[in-house]
Amino acid sequence: MSSTTTGQGAPPRRRRLSGRGRRDAIWFLALALPNIVLIALFTYRPLLTNVYYSTLDWTLGSASATFIGLGNYVEFFTSTAGHESIRITVVFTLVTVGGSMVLGLLLALALNARIPGTAIARSAAFAPYVLSGVGVGLVWLFIFDPDFGVLAWFLRQLGLSSPEWMNDPTMALVMVMVVYIWKNLGYCAIVYLGGLQSLPQDVLQAAALDGAGPLRRFWSISLPLLSPTTFFLLITTMLSSLQAFDILRIMTPTGRGTNALIFESYLQAFGGYSRAGYSAAISVVLFLMLIVITVVQVRFVEKKVHYA
Amino acid sequence: MSAPAATSLGPVTPPVGETPPPPIRRRGGPFSRENLAATILTGYVPLIIATAVVVLPLLWMMISSFKSPSEILTTDLVVLPSDPTLHNYRVAMTSVPIPRFFLNSVIVTVIGATLKVTLAIMTAYALVFVRFPAKRIIFVGILVALMVPPQVAILPNYVLIAGWGGVNTYWGIILPGLGTAFGTFLLRQHFLTIPPSILEAASLDGAGHWGSIWRIVVPISLPSIATVALVTVVSEWNDYIWPLIITTDSSMMTLPVGLTALQNSEGNTGSGWGILMAGTVVVIIPVLLVFAALQRYIVSGLTQGSVTG
Repeated sequence: MSSTTTGQGAPPRRRRLSGRGRRDAIWFLALALPNIVLIALFTYRPLLTNVYYSTLDWTLGSASATFIGLGNYVEFFTSTAGHESIRITVVFTLVTVGGSMVLGLLLALALNARIPGTAIARSAAFAPYVLSGVGVGLVWLFIFDPDFGVLAWFLRQLGLSSPEWMNDPTMALVMVMVVYIWKNLGYCAIVYLGGLQSLPQDVLQAAALDGAGPLRRFWSISLPLLSPTTFFLLITTMLSSLQAFDILRIMTPTGRGTNALIFESYLQAFGGYSRAGYSAAISVVLFLMLIVITVVQVRFVEKKVHYA
Repeated sequence: MSAPAATSLGPVTPPVGETPPPPIRRRGGPFSRENLAATILTGYVPLIIATAVVVLPLLWMMISSFKSPSEILTTDLVVLPSDPTLHNYRVAMTSVPIPRFFLNSVIVTVIGATLKVTLAIMTAYALVFVRFPAKRIIFVGILVALMVPPQVAILPNYVLIAGWGGVNTYWGIILPGLGTAFGTFLLRQHFLTIPPSILEAASLDGAGHWGSIWRIVVPISLPSIATVALVTVVSEWNDYIWPLIITTDSSMMTLPVGLTALQNSEGNTGSGWGILMAGTVVVIIPVLLVFAALQRYIVSGLTQGSVTG
């Protein structure tokens, strides 16, 4: 970009340009500054503030706080409650990422069928992804209700009794994972479908002529060629699983068995404990995890993870 | 770092239009005699199962919202209400101020989305068409913000906004989410495809930057702007964690937060379910209608390399 350095003896044309440069700079700031200030204030500033808060023993709303250094981090990484939250985060992330990607790929294969009517199925599959997590959570909470839910009715017909989905911590985690996958797998399916439709048809055709069956073509050609899509989805779904909140909060308000990092951070600050410093420490830990994943993504994308 | 990591995988984003590639080695059509059974078994059965898995829970929500308490409070399967009633909707409205929640959601969504899209247009225009020394750094700064999930920022933002007196106010709900990295990024990508010669011609005609934004760039970018606008509207409407924290008074709650209040007052069991489903219909159906009408834009916006949606 040209800067506004014009000497005394510069030709008039350059002086005009420098005047224009200054006007452009003013225009740029007038147009972009509001957004830049908002992002700085509400996206970047909180990252630093969180680091500061995380060193405090501070009750939210209280005027005084005690500096305790890394005390909050030590507590999080050594306490049973901290371990439990980490375990839940890992299980939730692995299951929801794996589940929505595998099911998403299967759904994409079904949607890729060359038959009329796939457009409707495609819309239906994507729809849950845009719906309110709170609304979706409530719909499924009713279905999972151990007494009056439709799932309990089906289980009774099979001679089984419904688990206590809401009260049993393990089953609560299973329940929110199922609902989370239901809401997000359409996203994976549509992205995979895009990948499938941009596969080189001549390669697939040649393989078919050579006698490779559909299954063989899928394993040996489609799946390896889809590896960039798979990697893209792996990262994006992992990032969004780590940020899951709405479904967890509405289906299991107390967080027993489902308090993954974001939810635990919320519960600590706003769920009655008002432990702002500890909550901030969890946010910092989560943010560092997200950074690591993003960096891995950037590095791998540079290398272009093609053909497995 | 010239493009965001997620979007450098650009080619994987799905074409949204309907372009089925040519069939591989089918002799007859999918409905010809020799292929019919295979088409139904491998084509339609999975499609129908997948569609049913998505549609049935939502249908169940709709149907249940019209059931009487005795049809909800039963261990038998009642598929259809014998006498569809608005009872649940009436109770939901007396239990919590649902029309007020709806109004709040509309206000927050309309104002928030309008401001966000306007900011995104202005910023993207400045990044593409206005000369400025530190443009590149600013763009990277906006790009990195795309990776920061709003959830990790809620505590510091709460302390700040609450300190400014923003609890239970519209501006308190709207302000922290206004900065837009997603919209800016998406529109910038589109604006880069506009030939600069068009703008040069306009500037010869005496149109300043303000004029060329609204008279030239915006009109020829309407599909991209619609994409950004729709994605923004949907995410503002569904937004939960921030309004949940910043509103405590039911007169200021948005629908998702209001549903939490309804859940607290009607409980999770028994006849409360019909009432809760009525409330859920109010939050889900508007988005479902918008999606049905304009899904092309929404799908492309959401699958175009946004990490956090």
